[in-house]
Amino acid sequence: MKISRYIVIILITITNVLSCRSDKKTTSDLAQAYQCPMKCEGEKTYNETGSCKICNMDLVLVANSPKTLESGVISEESIFNLTSKWNTEEGKTIQLKDLKGKTLVMVMIYTSCKAACPRLAADMRYIESTIPDEKIKNIQFVLVSIDPETDTPEKLKAFAKENGMQNNQWTFLQGSVSGVREFANVLSVKYKEISPIDFSHSNIISVFNTQGELIHQQEGLGVDNKETIETIIKITP
Amino acid sequence: MKNKAFILLLTLIIQPLLFAQTKGMVSIKGSRYIPLYGRDSSVVEVKNFEMDVFPVTNADYANFIKQYPKWQKSKVIKLFVDKSYLTNWENDLELKDSEKPDSPVTYISWFAAKDYCECQGKRLPTIDEWEYVAMADETTKDARVKSSYNKQILAWYEAPRSNENKIGENQKNIWGVHDLHGLVWEWTLDFNSVLITGESRKDVDKDSNLFCASAAVNATDLMNYAAFMRYAIRGSLKAKYSMKNLGFRCVKDIPTK
Repeated sequence: MKISRYIVIILITITNVLSCRSDKKTTSDLAQAYQCPMKCEGEKTYNETGSCKICNMDLVLVANSPKTLESGVISEESIFNLTSKWNTEEGKTIQLKDLKGKTLVMVMIYTSCKAACPRLAADMRYIESTIPDEKIKNIQFVLVSIDPETDTPEKLKAFAKENGMQNNQWTFLQGSVSGVREFANVLSVKYKEISPIDFSHSNIISVFNTQGELIHQQEGLGVDNKETIETIIKITP
Repeated sequence: MKNKAFILLLTLIIQPLLFAQTKGMVSIKGSRYIPLYGRDSSVVEVKNFEMDVFPVTNADYANFIKQYPKWQKSKVIKLFVDKSYLTNWENDLELKDSEKPDSPVTYISWFAAKDYCECQGKRLPTIDEWEYVAMADETTKDARVKSSYNKQILAWYEAPRSNENKIGENQKNIWGVHDLHGLVWEWTLDFNSVLITGESRKDVDKDSNLFCASAAVNATDLMNYAAFMRYAIRGSLKAKYSMKNLGFRCVKDIPTK
């Protein structure tokens, strides 16, 4: 028994180390552009750091210099850069980038929630109902659990059924504790476990474009969904 | 004789395995205590863990980004940092001349700090763990009742530019941990569990009472003004922010036997 526990610990440590290693691959040789902050020489840029020949100020990195990430098509601000793994309500394991190509409407909930979550789910359902039929297939509504220890794929599936969210456009995700915390921080969602089955959390619905870039966030309960709906319709092909 | 030498050698080899304390870390014996803002503002339980004796320094961080170039300032992606990330560094690998290698690393985001710790096989401390160790002074594990403890911390809050000091100049506390107070603020794993934002009444359904009218009623220790400030800072942070006086240190779980 003890031995098996040690083996598990060792395996976890090894995977941790490996997962850190693999991050190395994502970096590639990037073309850097440096420029005088005062633009003494107009838009002229240099390939390395140094000082401006005219005013002697340190050259600064040009903020919007194009960076080609190895993954190519996704931008720096895309949530598809996150490498955490998630289980869907159907028991499939995915990464966020597997959702690429559709407009994403995301919210963080937990299924044992009695107060805010049903209203958030209702907001999501209302938003979904207002979208024209021809656009629905290009949108994914994603509900992410902030309580991955309780919300197993089975629980999420049951929640989906209860709330009439079983069509293809709905996805429910169970992550790891660390993956959920990271994702919440990307969305600026705050949450806190206040008892084993109850959490406080921010009520935020986030809209991402097909490239995983955050376009719009709606905060609060029972607020007007109009702006969110307009954004979704505008960015969905 | 030979046999004894062998046993001695064996003990020398085995001993560090038995009492494995990670280099640069000290063991913290867990307990239950009442933090300023715990779960329901009541008792929380902290398990045994190890904590870095010092905050992560500029030199430590330089080693890290040499190994993991994705965190170098020109290569890091915008999802994980804001514009001021490592703004006190000359370039990808070197500090500016004005900065000291043994000062705590600052201008780092939560994502960067989290990844740093994970790549060392460690993690960031939770708020409860950090506050637990930080409530000690040189002689007591819970010094929050002493007026000298609070005065000392508040004196630091008033001292300018302490982030430019070197690590280890503040007296270690009873656990053997240096610089929890007196140098820089530190990231915690679950900083985003402090539910106060500019619009707290709107976007959070509960517990949004740190600085609202009801704040004082819920706080467990009205005297602990310094802790108020730490919770307020945490509540105002976002994970990609980086600040001049915000660094971090790592902790490690001790496997239960």
